[in-house]
Amino acid sequence: MTAAIEFKTVSRVFGDVRAVDDVSFSIEPGEFFAMLGPSGSGKTSSLRLIAGFDAPTTGQVLLDGTDVSSVPPYERNVNTVFQDYALFPHMTVAENVAYGPRVRGVGTVERAARAREMLELVQLSALGERRPAQLSGGQRQRVALARALINHPRVLLLDEPLGALDLKLREEMQIELKSLQRRLGITFVYVTHDQGEALSMADRVAVFNKGKIEQLAAPRELYSRPRTAFVARFVGSANVADAALARAISGIDHAFAVRAENIVVREERASPPEGLSAAGEVLAVQFHGAVSRWQVKLDAGGTWSALVAEDDAHALSGIAVGSRVRLAWTRESALPLTESPGAA
Amino acid sequence: MNTRAASTFFHRRPNAYLALLLIPPLLWFGTVYLGSLFTLLWQSFYRIDDFTAQIVREPTLATYSQLVTQPANVDIVLRTVSMAIAVTIACALIALPIATYMARYASGRMKALFYVGVMLPMWTSYLVKVYAWRLLLAKEGIIAWVLGKLGLTGLLDAALAAPGIGGPSLSSSYIGMFLVFVYMWLPFMILPMAAALERVPNTLLQASADLGARPFQTFRNVTLPLAVPGIAAGSVFTFSLTLGDYIIPSVVGAPGYFIGMMVYVQQGTAGNIPLAAAFSVVPIVLIFLYLSVARRFGAFDAL
Repeated sequence: MTAAIEFKTVSRVFGDVRAVDDVSFSIEPGEFFAMLGPSGSGKTSSLRLIAGFDAPTTGQVLLDGTDVSSVPPYERNVNTVFQDYALFPHMTVAENVAYGPRVRGVGTVERAARAREMLELVQLSALGERRPAQLSGGQRQRVALARALINHPRVLLLDEPLGALDLKLREEMQIELKSLQRRLGITFVYVTHDQGEALSMADRVAVFNKGKIEQLAAPRELYSRPRTAFVARFVGSANVADAALARAISGIDHAFAVRAENIVVREERASPPEGLSAAGEVLAVQFHGAVSRWQVKLDAGGTWSALVAEDDAHALSGIAVGSRVRLAWTRESALPLTESPGAA
Repeated sequence: MNTRAASTFFHRRPNAYLALLLIPPLLWFGTVYLGSLFTLLWQSFYRIDDFTAQIVREPTLATYSQLVTQPANVDIVLRTVSMAIAVTIACALIALPIATYMARYASGRMKALFYVGVMLPMWTSYLVKVYAWRLLLAKEGIIAWVLGKLGLTGLLDAALAAPGIGGPSLSSSYIGMFLVFVYMWLPFMILPMAAALERVPNTLLQASADLGARPFQTFRNVTLPLAVPGIAAGSVFTFSLTLGDYIIPSVVGAPGYFIGMMVYVQQGTAGNIPLAAAFSVVPIVLIFLYLSVARRFGAFDAL
């Protein structure tokens, strides 16, 4: 099967900055594909290359097997939901949604019917005559979605579409977007800096860092087998031991990561546990409700954090900030990293 | 009262603070500015006694009736309004590509260069520019000379032979006057237009292209409607400045009177202040009408 989108050794260079640095990957038709990374990591630049707002400096971008590197956006069967929604302020909601068919020469009656259909799809039928300024953030987001879907694109690009919404609305929209994507069978390319969003919605996630893809994998694999220190930290908020720290802790000269929820906090003088452990001093304890996050400065170097469930907290009630503790974890929960943190 | 006590006083009473800031400029605006405007308007309801040439201070519409019934006066209004409309359209057509370039494409030094270039002429004396233009447009002036060297004298002669707007030379024709007006008011069109275009987010243009609009469709459906408030603001400048100007028509162009010249002559040498006032009401009424029409067509909806 031809890939819906393929990057072949694509680079995009702005002056001295390699925004996208020799990236190759492909996205299958109907896939929900997330591009995850911090700001400036190259994920949005990659999205712009797919949409056609920008052209690669070197390499090729293929849509359905055809090189589109020099095809303008208005000739690509790809539509975008923008981060700021980019709704036209001088048009009504219905006119915004009908804009795609309008510029493609579809007649007034037909495009009005299609716009109504799309507004029904996003449950905004009643608001067609409003202006974008009269809508809430969540409603605008739906209008942007309806406007982008009306052309029946092969690929829908979403650039941090939920970034401006509050937490509850964001979670609702995540579920809705996912079910919409299943129903329509369209390829979704979803750019986000929120690892929770990427893990919960996507079939596969590409983790971007400094213009390169650090790891491309299914969410579960990304979480359970991070390949690099960057992925371990960014996706799992894991504690990373570089080669030197690893030698000091375990005697093995190989970098590894341990997720905070897999670490047990004990008093330093408690009997030495099975598996691995490291001693240190408590820097801070943040109470989050069901869990508390303990920040511990290791004697061997670095600051690690451990999540302590509220049910286990009573055993540690005597330990204050500044006390000595021992962090312990099993050998299985130490995830080997194939690249040293320095290389990432 | 020391400064700290004063700060506390005004912090507690923000309205007092606001009043302190606003009263002086409002006094100026209310009495000097609006006051003199209404005094002028009021005088247009007086009339001049034909026999004694004295102002008769009784409210009457006689002066307005004189304005709208005497063919010479009607001609002056029509001539001025036609010129103002032509100048406004020409300014809008010239300004749109320049403002679009300044707001959407130029950056850094090039942008600064364009803004300075647009404003630079405004730092020069108005009279110097008008008289300079008279020399440029003269029969033996540089424009006629260059056209002659290019073998285009026939073209110039044909333009000057046009009925109504032609004349013996550019500097004594309405064509020449039109050129000077367009030159003078162009910055007043470019700047508000560029400001309006600067405020159009790039993503709106990208969204339009993304949905399948070719560059010209994006321009017509997105850029232009969002630039309309700027065009409207600019056209109010070019339109009203042309309606009220009396120096350009008296230095360059054909001998026919313009509204501004009439105001100048009537309140000066002729001593007919009511008629001068009535003439000066014409631009105010026209601009008011223009704005309400523009508003009805949605020119300010995107504001």
